Amino acid sequence: MRVALLVTCLADTLQPSVGRATVGLLERLGVEVAFPRAQTCCGQLHLNAGYPDVASTLAQRFVGVFAGFDAVVAPSGSCAAHVRTHVAAHADDPAAVATRTFELSELLVDKLGVTDVGSRFEGSVTYHPTCHSLRSLRLGDRPESLLRAVTGVELRPLADATECCGFGGMFAVRNADVSTAMLTDKLRHIEETGAGAVCACDASCLLHIGGGLERRGSPVRALHLAEVLAS
Amino acid sequence: MSAAASRNAPRLPFERAARIALQDEATRETVRRATATIRARRAAVVEETPDWAALRAAGEAIRERSVLRLDALLLRLEDAVTAAGGEVHWARDAAEANEVVVGLIMRSGAREVVKVKSLTTDELGLNDALAKAGVEAIETDLAERIIQLADERPSHPLVPSLHRGRPEIAELLREALGEPGLADDPESLLAAARQHLRAAFLRARVAVSGANFAVAETGTVAVVESEGNGRMCTTLPETLVTVMGVEKVVEEWRDLGVLMQLLPRSATGERMNPYTSLWTGVSPGDGPSSFHLVLVDAGRTRVLGDPDGRQALRCIRCSACVNVCPVYRQTGGHAYDTVYAGPIGAILQPQLSGEQGTSASLPYASTLCGACADVCPVGIDIPRILVHERAKVVRRSRPGLDGRALRALARAFSNGERYERAQRTARALQRPLVRSGRLRWFPGPLAGWGRSRTLPGVAPQTFREWWEERERGA
Repeated sequence: MRVALLVTCLADTLQPSVGRATVGLLERLGVEVAFPRAQTCCGQLHLNAGYPDVASTLAQRFVGVFAGFDAVVAPSGSCAAHVRTHVAAHADDPAAVATRTFELSELLVDKLGVTDVGSRFEGSVTYHPTCHSLRSLRLGDRPESLLRAVTGVELRPLADATECCGFGGMFAVRNADVSTAMLTDKLRHIEETGAGAVCACDASCLLHIGGGLERRGSPVRALHLAEVLAS
Repeated sequence: MSAAASRNAPRLPFERAARIALQDEATRETVRRATATIRARRAAVVEETPDWAALRAAGEAIRERSVLRLDALLLRLEDAVTAAGGEVHWARDAAEANEVVVGLIMRSGAREVVKVKSLTTDELGLNDALAKAGVEAIETDLAERIIQLADERPSHPLVPSLHRGRPEIAELLREALGEPGLADDPESLLAAARQHLRAAFLRARVAVSGANFAVAETGTVAVVESEGNGRMCTTLPETLVTVMGVEKVVEEWRDLGVLMQLLPRSATGERMNPYTSLWTGVSPGDGPSSFHLVLVDAGRTRVLGDPDGRQALRCIRCSACVNVCPVYRQTGGHAYDTVYAGPIGAILQPQLSGEQGTSASLPYASTLCGACADVCPVGIDIPRILVHERAKVVRRSRPGLDGRALRALARAFSNGERYERAQRTARALQRPLVRSGRLRWFPGPLAGWGRSRTLPGVAPQTFREWWEERERGA
């Protein structure tokens, strides 16, 4: 199976380790990964900021760049959700684009049919279900079932797990104070688990959570699901 | 006590009002507790309802059908109410609605009216219009009465005094009712309030209510409440004036069967609503002898004209979206500068006021987390409308610094080479700002990020550079 990686603009530019881990994991599982180099951004940022014209242009572009692959995978619940709910409508066959686009844990569990990816990670981890993976993609138990199967991982429950971390793209900048208040609650709950790392399926939310942890000098690491599964 | 609660508080856009609200730790704790309680109650009664999904779908269909057929249903409602002995008045905007109500009351000769809690009359500023005409409006819903006595703005659509803790409320009632010995426990407070309100009910010759629903088929108006005050207001006085937004109409009597199941579960977490008053025109010898229904547009037909925004008119004012909203929970309702706080307010108020003034900031008062859409009993896709409203705000306003930055970013995203060039440029520009691989200070519109977060800079090797290197090596 030939799978195209939608690395996402944020992971590409700011967190390349998430992209590298995704590639490493999929190749270990025998998947042929392609990286269409013409890709830029799915347009979610612009749609949410109030620029639907830009988002549509980027969506049309996206459809062309990712045409012809068996599947497209993104290490980001919100970008995958955006492709399904918005980008797909710009394709000749919207349903086909929507159904062949996967967030990483969906690809692993639904398409590849694996929950034990054969990895080993020593340490305690708490899982934060990001909003789009929870309420738009309805990932349910998929990420946690993958984490539970990792040798050496101790999965710790997170209080008020389904609460938003306060990122919301431009929200974190425009409403920085409210965003900070939400993040403060999230970080407190993460630290209360005593886990050494917080794991999620969205590189962007992890940018936010990780940036907050780093700012307060916390020893807790923010890790993408791909980074735990690739180890 | 929060200054932001005062009716005289300055009217600020959400981001500025929220900053002030966040400094009031005591109020935030009150809001957190109250919303947590009500959310848990709602979750429990929704969980136990086996056909919730089907009920919700039915509620959505009923409200959607009502909104799309407003033109026909309102005329049918007018006919039915008139046939049952009521009188129907039409008002284009707040000024017209208030003029009609004030006129009716002046003609009745009353100089005091009792009121059933009504968001619509709050929206219209009816109490101020009445005061100007020399008519005292006495709110009879306890929470509404509390903020009226305190001269505050509502902070929650259903529980306007949600921002107030019980000790504060006790203090307020001791002063307002002239009972310095009044104890803090709920029973004592309720008993004192009941005494105070009972006198007003018995004096009242005119009552003013809102309406939860009106049935076009029968001309029946419904008011749903928990304290019995609404029942008093709709039965005791000689004259009843009901002020209703035009979107509240439903087609058939049996539609209420669905909505009356959805509303109490979503609103207060109750299986059944405590006091449901339904009346059809007037009945000789029973209840008010004179009934007036004021149908108010006040921006609703403008909302109806926007196919992507009009879902907001389905709203049945349950507040479930408010109670689950993580933004509301941090700021409370006063930051929103509307009687419709929370997610529903963030999509409804901008549409009602044409995306003008402080309402233009409301569509941005959300992370688009989607918790609101999950609980809405009539299936309003609130996140989608928030995004739609943002686009309307952008179209209306002159591009600011962030707008220009987003346009520049759009150009960078428009092709792969340009994008890679932008990555390299950003990496060069960030050099003086990066300390051990992280950005800790952010210029201009991005400064807010730095208040509580650092950011990894553009990576020394982006993912695509790594991929490229690997391909070459392979």
